[in-house]
Amino acid sequence: MKRLLKIYMEKPELAALVLLIVLVIVFQIASDGVFLSASNLRGILGILPEIGLMVIGVTILMIAGEFDLSVGSVFALMPMTMAVLLADGLPFFPAFLAGLLVCAAIGFVNGYLTIQFNIPSFITTLGMLFMARSLTVVISGGFPPLLPNDLPNWLFTVFVGPGDLFRMSFIWFAVIAILASLMMSHTNFGNWIKATGGFLPAAKAMGIPTARVKIAAFMLCSMLAGFAGMIQVLRLGSPLPSIGEGWELQAVAAAVIGGTALAGGIGAVMGGVVGAVLIRVIDNGLVLSQVDANWFKFAIGFLTILAVVANAWLGKRAKSIKVETSK
Amino acid sequence: MTQPIISVRNLHKWYSGVHAIKGVTLDFMPNEAVGLIGDNGAGKSTLINILSGLQRPSEGEVLMEGKRADIDSPRAAMDHGIETIYQYNSMVPTMSIARNLFIGREPLKFSLFGLGVMDRKKMAEESVQAIADVDLHLRSPDARVGELSGGQRQGVAIARAMHFKSKVMILDEPTNHLAVKETNKVIEFVRGLKALGITGIFISHNIHHVLDCCDRIVAMARGEVVLDKRTVDIDMDEIMDVL
Ligand SMILES: Nc1ncnc2c1ncn2[C@@H]1O[C@H](COP(=O)(O)OP(=O)(O)OP(=O)(O)O)[C@@H](O)[C@H]1O
Ligand SMILES: [Mg+2]
Repeated sequence: MKRLLKIYMEKPELAALVLLIVLVIVFQIASDGVFLSASNLRGILGILPEIGLMVIGVTILMIAGEFDLSVGSVFALMPMTMAVLLADGLPFFPAFLAGLLVCAAIGFVNGYLTIQFNIPSFITTLGMLFMARSLTVVISGGFPPLLPNDLPNWLFTVFVGPGDLFRMSFIWFAVIAILASLMMSHTNFGNWIKATGGFLPAAKAMGIPTARVKIAAFMLCSMLAGFAGMIQVLRLGSPLPSIGEGWELQAVAAAVIGGTALAGGIGAVMGGVVGAVLIRVIDNGLVLSQVDANWFKFAIGFLTILAVVANAWLGKRAKSIKVETSK
Repeated sequence: MTQPIISVRNLHKWYSGVHAIKGVTLDFMPNEAVGLIGDNGAGKSTLINILSGLQRPSEGEVLMEGKRADIDSPRAAMDHGIETIYQYNSMVPTMSIARNLFIGREPLKFSLFGLGVMDRKKMAEESVQAIADVDLHLRSPDARVGELSGGQRQGVAIARAMHFKSKVMILDEPTNHLAVKETNKVIEFVRGLKALGITGIFISHNIHHVLDCCDRIVAMARGEVVLDKRTVDIDMDEIMDVL
């Protein structure tokens, strides 16, 4: 038990992983083997990168001690910006860069306002949620522009892999997840993010540029959300202004289910990834098991609360196990 | 006459209306253990925060070994060899001992614009050594600081300051809320600084602690230095009088 607790404290994402495996088995049985069929997996793995990329950014930002509720809106704004520019005749890559630049600017504004005026990022980004969504609708002119035919879908949405099991977007997702994870565990910047979110006064006293660290995390978060939105639009073939609505909360839920602490400092990118997979699996599995799909949100909510309660309880237990001196 | 390691000249600090430091001039000699005492709000922490780069003085200057030092950030203070150990602010509880030792000064395998890949092997090895050097007995440098006792945390903070070869170590009420045994450990440590050639500035509300381990006592009241004497020349009544 002690050992298990220790492992859990060090790798909180493992609990979510165990739950994921259990659920996969349950859904596989409940759906008479359809769940793990190639065509169903293709569906899950096709959408996963879109929420997953968003979750990576949200997780890192939460570890840095901040929130971003605007990611769902940025998810829609970035591809809309691109679509408008493409419709004006701009080639793909300049439009893509412009879209990412808009995301970076939004992340910067989120971070700068939060830090400069010392307001909770919950509020700053709530405001940005509305503003970015509104901008999306405004620039679409009420009618989403048509996407040109010559977009590099081969780079983002075509099916690849054994049995065409996943799309290119999955590779982007996997590579970015691994890089982000390595950044958190192996670079000094990752160390600074953890210190900044773990205990701000100590991080400051140790000379970490905490304001810049947080702003960078906000910008990264926005850009990943926007990138994810672009992938979805390329998959759907049309830039709808309403995409990503409510995803900001799903992303927070995924991060929390994956063991990220609301107070900051604790968490792992891979935890968020597992959380994102869990959400997709539950969504899909409920449908296949012919459970009323409206239970989906219930399940996500239940898991989120469960994760927080479990973390609080286990944290207390682990604290009572002192690190003994070896004297 | 040896050169002071830190000289503070006519230092003032205003906080929107509050005149927290009113023209403090002080010299700290190399290898000296100075006890800084004074009532709540006397301005001790403010003075220390200026030396450790957390705050800027409103007026006056700080000299390091005779040269004007512009301590405009915690990093600048560290680069000048000033390490500060606070009661609460020194450690990130959610991070491991090894990570805490190197926060902001991680050894890098390679880097670009100051960002890069940490040399985690070096961090692990050096943290084991650093902890052993201050005679702390901890099972593993991978334990989270949040799991340590208050005294152990101060021990790790001290180990960090030693590891980075500080010239001046400032301890702002490091013994608050510590058990007697752990307090003694910290006092023992301040005594030991002399042998290492480190200047110590030790702030405490407990006059006995300060008398126990410092060569010189500086007392502050209402933003001014009201007493500055060698410990051997001091008697208790005198201290009680000025405070
Ligand atoms: N950040 C701040 N903003 C405004 N006023 C401050 C700030 N820090 C300190 N002060 C004020 O400056 C004065 C000196 O405070 P300081 O913390 O330096 O005293 P101290 O001697 O360290 O006291 P203590 O023994 O309680 O730690 C006090 O009146 C305090 O209220
Ligand atoms: Mg103080």
